[in-house]
Amino acid sequence: MSLVAAALESRGVATVTLSSLPEVSARVQAPRTLVVPFGLGTPVGPPLEADTQLRVVGSALELAYEIGVPLVRTWSP
Amino acid sequence: MDEGEDSDAVRLEDLPLKYRFLIGAYRWRRVSPTPCAVPQRPLAEARVGLVTTAGLVPPGAEPFDLDARGGDPSFRVIPAGTSPHALAVHHRSDAFDRAGMATDINVVFPLAALERLAREGRIGTVAPRHLSFMGSITAPGRLVRDHAPRAAGVFVEDQVDVALLVPV
Repeated sequence: MSLVAAALESRGVATVTLSSLPEVSARVQAPRTLVVPFGLGTPVGPPLEADTQLRVVGSALELAYEIGVPLVRTWSP
Repeated sequence: MDEGEDSDAVRLEDLPLKYRFLIGAYRWRRVSPTPCAVPQRPLAEARVGLVTTAGLVPPGAEPFDLDARGGDPSFRVIPAGTSPHALAVHHRSDAFDRAGMATDINVVFPLAALERLAREGRIGTVAPRHLSFMGSITAPGRLVRDHAPRAAGVFVEDQVDVALLVPV
């Protein structure tokens, strides 16, 4: 995913990548990463929890305006 | 949000041995220096697109090749008007739990959240096209040379300012 992020950033599209596996994120160093406390397969949050999903997405998008990359933040409810 | 990496996220040691080995041995690639784009519009005016690696395929599109050596590096375009219920899942990995996305596709493709943020004026617009990869690409050469640049071209053409990448 970080390779896709790099392609997008190089064309002027800012990216934020969700991550359920911070150990992998530390290796690939995507431009901006939001580590989430959800299991593999549900990175945006539990199913049918629309408010949680909204807050995760909203938090992630705010990170797109950070320019000190690579950047890793951890989302908490 | 907190700085750092400590959270309730998944740890490698929590995964089955097979995946601990695969993830640990995989030669993860990174681009250095890390490229950094600065959005030209504030978030309340920005156009936002989604990129998922859940292997989602819209109606009429070719399924991902589950048997491709090194993984299928191609991508599918998901038009914004596509019904989430019409998206098929073609993914060769069994490392993640599929029950969540079977119940609610927004756990890997949060279009409903994006649309709500747009209605509330917190983002400008939702991109007219979103992107889907399959992930599990162990030989990413063609991804880097061909498919990722072409995927980026879709968002450039659509004047997308910010992309949210959602790996499974």
